[in-house]
Amino acid sequence: MIAKSSKMETLAENIVEQQAVKGRSLWQDAISRFVRNKAALVSVFVLIFITLLSFVGPMFSPWDYETIDWGVMGNAATMGYPSIETGHYFGTDDLGRDIFARTMQGTQISLTVGFLGAAVAVIVGTLYGAISGYVGGTLDNVLMRIVDLLLSVPYMFVLILLLVVFGRSLQMLFVGIGLFAWMDMARIVRGQTLSIKNKEFIEAAVASGVGSFTIIMRHIVPNLLGVVIVYASLLVPQLILTESFISFLGLGVQEPMTSWGALINEGAKTMQYGVIWQLAFPLAFFIVGLFCFFFIGDGLRDAFDPKDR
Amino acid sequence: MFSFIVRRVAYAVPTLLILIIASFLLMYAAPGGPFTTERALPPEVLKNIEARYGLNDPLAVQIWNYIWNVVTNFDFGPSFKYRDRSVNDIISQGFPVTLTYGIWSFIFAIIVGLSLGIVAAIRHNTTADYAAVGVSIGAQVLPNFVMAPILVLIFTLWLRWLPGGGWNGGQIEYVIMPVIALSTSYMANIARLARSSMLEVLNSNFIRTAKAKGLSERNVILKHALKPALMPVISYLGPAFVGMITGSVVVDMYFSTGGMGQYFVNSAFNRDYSVMMGITILIGVLTITFNTVVDIVYAWIDPRIRLS
Amino acid sequence: MKFTTMFKLASATAIVAALTSGAYADKMHPETGEKLAEDQTFTYRLLDGIPTLDPQLNEDVSGSDILRDLFEGLLNQDAKGNLIPGVAESWEANDDNTVYTFKLRDDAKWSNGDPVTAGDFVYAWQRAADPATASPYSWFVELMSIENAAEIIAGDKDPSELGVEAVDDHTFKVTLTSALPYFAAMTTHATTFPVHKATIDEHGDQWTRPENMVSNGAYKLTEWVLNERTTRERNEMYWNNDKTILDKVVTLVINDENVALTRYRAGELDRTEIPSGQYPALSKELPNEATVFPRLCSYYYTFNMSDKGPEAFKDQRVRQALSYAVDRKVITDNILQAGQYQAYTFTPGATAGFEVPDVAFGQMTQEERDAKAKELMAEAGYGADNPLKFDMLYNTSEAHKKIAVAMSQMWKQKLGVEATLANMEWKTFLETRGNQDFELARGAWCGDYNEASTFLDLVTTPSGYNDGKYSNAEVDQLMVDAKTSSDASANYTRVEEIIADEMPIIPIYHYTGNLMLKENLKGWPVENVEQNWYSRDLYKVAE
Repeated sequence: MIAKSSKMETLAENIVEQQAVKGRSLWQDAISRFVRNKAALVSVFVLIFITLLSFVGPMFSPWDYETIDWGVMGNAATMGYPSIETGHYFGTDDLGRDIFARTMQGTQISLTVGFLGAAVAVIVGTLYGAISGYVGGTLDNVLMRIVDLLLSVPYMFVLILLLVVFGRSLQMLFVGIGLFAWMDMARIVRGQTLSIKNKEFIEAAVASGVGSFTIIMRHIVPNLLGVVIVYASLLVPQLILTESFISFLGLGVQEPMTSWGALINEGAKTMQYGVIWQLAFPLAFFIVGLFCFFFIGDGLRDAFDPKDR
Repeated sequence: MFSFIVRRVAYAVPTLLILIIASFLLMYAAPGGPFTTERALPPEVLKNIEARYGLNDPLAVQIWNYIWNVVTNFDFGPSFKYRDRSVNDIISQGFPVTLTYGIWSFIFAIIVGLSLGIVAAIRHNTTADYAAVGVSIGAQVLPNFVMAPILVLIFTLWLRWLPGGGWNGGQIEYVIMPVIALSTSYMANIARLARSSMLEVLNSNFIRTAKAKGLSERNVILKHALKPALMPVISYLGPAFVGMITGSVVVDMYFSTGGMGQYFVNSAFNRDYSVMMGITILIGVLTITFNTVVDIVYAWIDPRIRLS
Repeated sequence: MKFTTMFKLASATAIVAALTSGAYADKMHPETGEKLAEDQTFTYRLLDGIPTLDPQLNEDVSGSDILRDLFEGLLNQDAKGNLIPGVAESWEANDDNTVYTFKLRDDAKWSNGDPVTAGDFVYAWQRAADPATASPYSWFVELMSIENAAEIIAGDKDPSELGVEAVDDHTFKVTLTSALPYFAAMTTHATTFPVHKATIDEHGDQWTRPENMVSNGAYKLTEWVLNERTTRERNEMYWNNDKTILDKVVTLVINDENVALTRYRAGELDRTEIPSGQYPALSKELPNEATVFPRLCSYYYTFNMSDKGPEAFKDQRVRQALSYAVDRKVITDNILQAGQYQAYTFTPGATAGFEVPDVAFGQMTQEERDAKAKELMAEAGYGADNPLKFDMLYNTSEAHKKIAVAMSQMWKQKLGVEATLANMEWKTFLETRGNQDFELARGAWCGDYNEASTFLDLVTTPSGYNDGKYSNAEVDQLMVDAKTSSDASANYTRVEEIIADEMPIIPIYHYTGNLMLKENLKGWPVENVEQNWYSRDLYKVAE
């Protein structure tokens, strides 16, 4: 994480410098560079397809994600195999529930956790870092010490405790996962804010009597968008991985809802019993999805960081 | 350098104190306690159990006593779950286990990760590059709770090469599978970091100059590119090392090593307060220590960075 | 030439090997005459690390299994669960069954050579009751109805006043507050095992470490690596050591049951549990190894009938309807699939002396039950426009999840009931259920001794495990009377009938034990419903 942040800092410097010189053209540059990156571009389309499928797919399935096919229940190995005839395109789980419908549902949950978790991290991290960097002085010192402190906390441990203390809910999962991912964001944003702070346009704003908070929101934050986007895109797959681990511990979403992690965990337990589809299909979605995120993340980073080329 | 270390230590103390207090509070806020059992305990018995572990004191007193015992006697208290073990016993049994497979994982992850990353960067945009990127992302996204049972199936049941778990004092055949399961995702991270920073360095002006001067590629890479390219990897290694030597709950669960990783999660589930605290502190200390070490190494490799 | 020398050498080695193994070849099982295997090591899987090996502090089933090998109480059980002498050679009760006198054998020894005396039992039993020991199982001594036990546990009397006495070194006398018909059977429980006072005084809490422990059972503890393994080996001092065949017993902690099965298949284990739902396939593949037998455990859901519980569950018709609509056959035959018994009563049919009463709803077909359930639900005022909604609580586990999902779907499809699943990790689950912060919660209970009261006590008002807070004066009285009556079966039948009518709990199924046992491991007591097995009764035959 620290590695990423130090790299991010240099990258962010580049972005900011670019902006100062070329203004808005950075965005056009970035987009055109991104579009030229085939792996990233394909990933975007695959990801859009997966997302749409997770919403549209269930409409074409005769089974929903919670209804039990009583005829198959208990005989998943012999009767629950993937088949077009029975309507179980991806087969069923041990209870006779449709894996296709459940995978679609799990996709929705996992993507939501990834995106909302990243959103929490980005919002908290950006504001925290921007305030710390802009105000400076003692406040900056205190805020950054807090970040250092939080970074030395075994965070998985605290996340487990949080889920135990406050009960398990989808909201808690978003907040819990997001809350532990903002620290790096805050550090990077602070560093950038320090360098933007002394630019002429900020001084002009200060001179004309604009309040600190307004300056942060109007002038500082928009100038950090590039680095924020890149960082967020790398964060999403990390959070999806974290969620899968939480599911493995049995602290994930409540049944009958499910997630990629929960499905994979169940599938991994039964893989030696001749029902490999219970693992294969969810795992395929999970791996393809994460590959896409990583490619997009790399693509965005390259796009916003011209130095690499 | 010396003042830098002193300052780091000075920061570490309040950091740890706050960590202890926060964990204490969070722990006590969790529903249920170490002695919540299916059949409610008689009040007199419960009172005695609580007295035994000092749970009937006010929270502030408990925290103070705890810190006092840790500081003066290095005593982390008795485990609440395992009656004849103290936290020191548990850590001194479990930590050597995770330390062993953690260090092996660390070495393995660095060697394989760096090789993959550097080869991919040198052969940028070739099949070798794509393969290396594919392998490293694949290793990163395949959850180890899927990988671990697959390893057991392959190496224990089908090939009959390795025992399916246990530790047995750390004999080599018991260490192999934990190392594979633990190191892959770290290896993947190292490979990705090494690749991108190597690429960056190879495209930089000083390398172009070196190449233009007619130095062999081998020379350029080993003498000029490698060191700067390793910088981001090095700062990743601190937290990665701590992560590996404190083990993983998945590895300990599937390979029954008796290591620290499972205590980490189980103590939270069992509300084994003292073990939970002991491990939190251990990980906190290790994290701070190795972050400091990384900073020092960083400054030593790259003189431009001052430890100010 | 070279070939011949090698051949000679090889044959010489073969002869030596044959001679040495000849010693083993002579080893036969003394009773069955089967040829015994050379390596008498039994290795089995444990789900979790053992928290303690102190008999008085233990509260774990797997801990008890080990303790029965390391220590020996007054009485033991045979393969069918009948009482046989342990340290006590004989025992007798006075006329009104309130004073028991045990004659201890004089050749019983601790592993350090000290004789096992009545004083050791007095010490151990007082220790179990003493609040200072802080044993989570102290209630067991109270359950045994020993004089002053309740007062000692409550802190009102000194432990020395417990109704136990060492008349002489080999005579142990127990005084009870009331005639408890199953008292003798309770002395097979680990809580009542003797402990060596000098060792405990010397080492304190650490007396249970292998290097410190002094025990009187057929085995002694030689290795205990927390959360990895324990090893126990033959105790040469044990009075009946000559009859012990297994030399060594090893437990390996393997959290995941599927990995455990893989390792069993790879030959690393002699015993492991069958993962839920896998019995049919395994019994086809390995018919001589997949073993199923009845257990003394009951799985149920309990309604919260306390003031904190939902209004709907105060209506008997709602409780009945929900219970009727659960198709237990689907749960036993399609989910669990290992011969579990559909339950319409709380107490399992395998319980000694318990005749399963023909409760009315157990006699109906599932169609009749479903029809009746719909009727009752409509009468209670719930229907499509006014669906019943509640949360059902269970602790995190694959099998519990499957059953909860199936039940909620049965209710949804048959009655239009919307049951929301809520799973919690164990401690949170216990706290929530114990504080009556639930609506419907899972429960399970395994008998502490083989008698119906170990189950039915749980539905009495004062029970520490009655988390649904069901309270019925008649049930309470029947159970109090059962403690002193010579034949309590009528009381138990009546209690079951009341439960079936008022339905404070939904009985789901009664357990079976599902084990994979290697074919060469013999002597497993499948007929012992409490599964009180002793390693010294097991042996491995040569293949």
